[in-house]
Amino acid sequence: MPLITYREAIKQALDEEIQRDENVCIMGEEVAEYNGAYKVTEGLWAKHGDKRVIDTPISEAAFSGLAIGASMLGIRPVIEMMFMSFSYVAIDQLFNNASFCRYMSGGLMNVPIVVRGPANGGTSVGATHSHTIEYMVANHPGLKVVCPSNAYDAKGLMKAAIRDNDPVFVMENTLLYGEQWEVPEEEYIVELGVANILKEGTDMTIISHGRCAMLSLEAAKTIEATHGISVEVVDLRSIRPLDEETILNSVKKTGRALLVEENKPYCGVDAQISHLIQLKAFDYLDAPVHRVSSIDAPTIYSKPLEDWQIPNQERIIAMAMKLMA
Amino acid sequence: MATLIDMPKLSDTMTVGTLVRWLKNEGDAVANGDMIAEIETDKATMEVECFDEGILIKHYCSEGDEVAVADPIAAIGEAGEEAPAATSSAPAAAAPEPVAAVEAPAAAPAPVAAPAAPAPVAAPAASTGARIKASPLAKKIAAEKGLDLATIQGSGPGGRILKEDVLNAKPVAATPAAATSAPAAAPAATLEELVIPVSNMRKSIGKALVASKTQAPHFYLQIEVNGAPLAKLRAELNGKLAGLPPEQGGVKFSVNDLTLKAAAEAVRRVPAINRSWEGDSIKQHANVHLAFGVAIDDGLVTPVIRAAETKGLREIGAEAKVLIKKARSKKLTPNEMSGSTLTVTNLGMFGISDFYGIINPNNAAILSIGATIKKPVVNEHDEIVVGQVMKIGLSGDHRTIDGAVGAQYLQALKEILETPAMMLV
Repeated sequence: MPLITYREAIKQALDEEIQRDENVCIMGEEVAEYNGAYKVTEGLWAKHGDKRVIDTPISEAAFSGLAIGASMLGIRPVIEMMFMSFSYVAIDQLFNNASFCRYMSGGLMNVPIVVRGPANGGTSVGATHSHTIEYMVANHPGLKVVCPSNAYDAKGLMKAAIRDNDPVFVMENTLLYGEQWEVPEEEYIVELGVANILKEGTDMTIISHGRCAMLSLEAAKTIEATHGISVEVVDLRSIRPLDEETILNSVKKTGRALLVEENKPYCGVDAQISHLIQLKAFDYLDAPVHRVSSIDAPTIYSKPLEDWQIPNQERIIAMAMKLMA
Repeated sequence: MATLIDMPKLSDTMTVGTLVRWLKNEGDAVANGDMIAEIETDKATMEVECFDEGILIKHYCSEGDEVAVADPIAAIGEAGEEAPAATSSAPAAAAPEPVAAVEAPAAAPAPVAAPAAPAPVAAPAASTGARIKASPLAKKIAAEKGLDLATIQGSGPGGRILKEDVLNAKPVAATPAAATSAPAAAPAATLEELVIPVSNMRKSIGKALVASKTQAPHFYLQIEVNGAPLAKLRAELNGKLAGLPPEQGGVKFSVNDLTLKAAAEAVRRVPAINRSWEGDSIKQHANVHLAFGVAIDDGLVTPVIRAAETKGLREIGAEAKVLIKKARSKKLTPNEMSGSTLTVTNLGMFGISDFYGIINPNNAAILSIGATIKKPVVNEHDEIVVGQVMKIGLSGDHRTIDGAVGAQYLQALKEILETPAMMLV
């Protein structure tokens, strides 16, 4: 199986879907002639031309609205947010129109768009460029959101997102773009709403998503090697729809859950998962659910401080040991 | 005026108790310390001790009846006296505490300790009603296995009972509490990590006992004693004397008083036990300076009764009482704690059946008195009967004495305890 980067995996998904379905197109700032701010769409404009890969003006609200309208008439646009943080200027289009159109129209119109782009901190780009908004997307019935943690999932989930008939947000990560994973050459799809057990274990479960799932996997290996504690790591992959069954089965097996996410803790994704666990696996818990999330403050510009603000291995291991106390 | 005996609250979750068996019938004479009934609580079957003397004039319930906590179960008065009518439950909030006020040790006692008070009856649970902390999983497993969480020690944060604790717990059979058992320590609401500075007392305990255990080669002997005669003697003495005002000689003897007296008495029969190792000589003392362990806050002291072999039970009891009081208020003088020639320790009130103390420096031996526990024993007719077994351990300093001396001493002590009248001669 070839090793390819996360960036390349997403590009392959876009490329393959453009070829598979004539209605699929890419829109966004600098996605075409400049090959994308993070080079995710590199070469696609040259390969597929103006009609399929479209540079837009610098207005997220405008091209989001354009995509939503087009999608109502059968086009399946994939719009790129240079940073997911910039979706804030398109809140009304994305969180008000895209999310509720199918419901408001009594099911007559659906909005098959994909909103993709990096949503992560850790790169010292400051508070306004570092949002992880999956918690916010997931709070809107009608929207779907996935957070691939590796190249395989990024490709498989992107293709599933494009083929889905509802608005799907794909949260990418600039720190993962250059990382490599094995990705098969043959076509595959990673279904929305199916979590992935990255590592089996018996003593505790770490539930995570996005890049944090990879940090959690490394932390789990360290904990196992140094403390002899067997840690299961569940990568949610999809925040909404959520794979409740995998979460609950794992927690029922281990009796202890540590939730790790880059969102801020307050009303974060893991607040919801924590509720789910206590509600549906209460009798299986041997300890309260513990969390590691970003420290509750605007994302700090200073790199050393930000590296501590967002979850890191040290913090995950420390909290895991607390959970096992 | 008749006295009512109420259904005691024997555990913090107990609201009713079942009268399993009457041990005293209507019309029976009862004495302080008698067990009058067996009560089944939600946790165990325990005996109810009587703290009055007289005639049991009325049973307010029959065997098998459920009685609310604090409702009367029996009345004790004089022969021919009319029993008062049973009144209904006192308000729940006013439910009386169990009769015997028990000194619940805050922490596990040091391995050398003597009882300050007569051993209490059944173990009343903490009256604080602290909620049992258990993880949901632990609760579920406990329910499946039919285990009572109140009997399981939690190892988790704040004392939370975890899965592991339940899996390691053994089912608890309903067992009558031994008459001598002390209450289990009340579960702490939270466990906390503490760094405790080493007090001067702990330092000197550590220093003295490390020196003893490393310098004196300890050997250990144990003898089983029939505790019934001593209990009978004590009941007789207390029955006559406990009710009198002090100026008329009123006094109440503890098991400890009696064992101290017996230990001193036995030295008269085997004086070789009363020796000290002095390096190039061994000194046999002309008096028994008898030390006994008293557990106090964060420590242990061993006050000394001088020339105990010359003193009567009343004197020993009175001196011990004063010394215990001084020990608790930390008012013992160094003089009162030094110069012992033999030491007696007692963990019987905690239900400890047998143990071995570390020899007090410069003594040849230490006696470790266990609880008197009801057990099947074979009597002189080769019949298995209910016996009251008391185990006494002796740790001896092999430099000073040999096993045979220790054995002779224990034999003499056993004889005295089983025939307490021997203390007269």
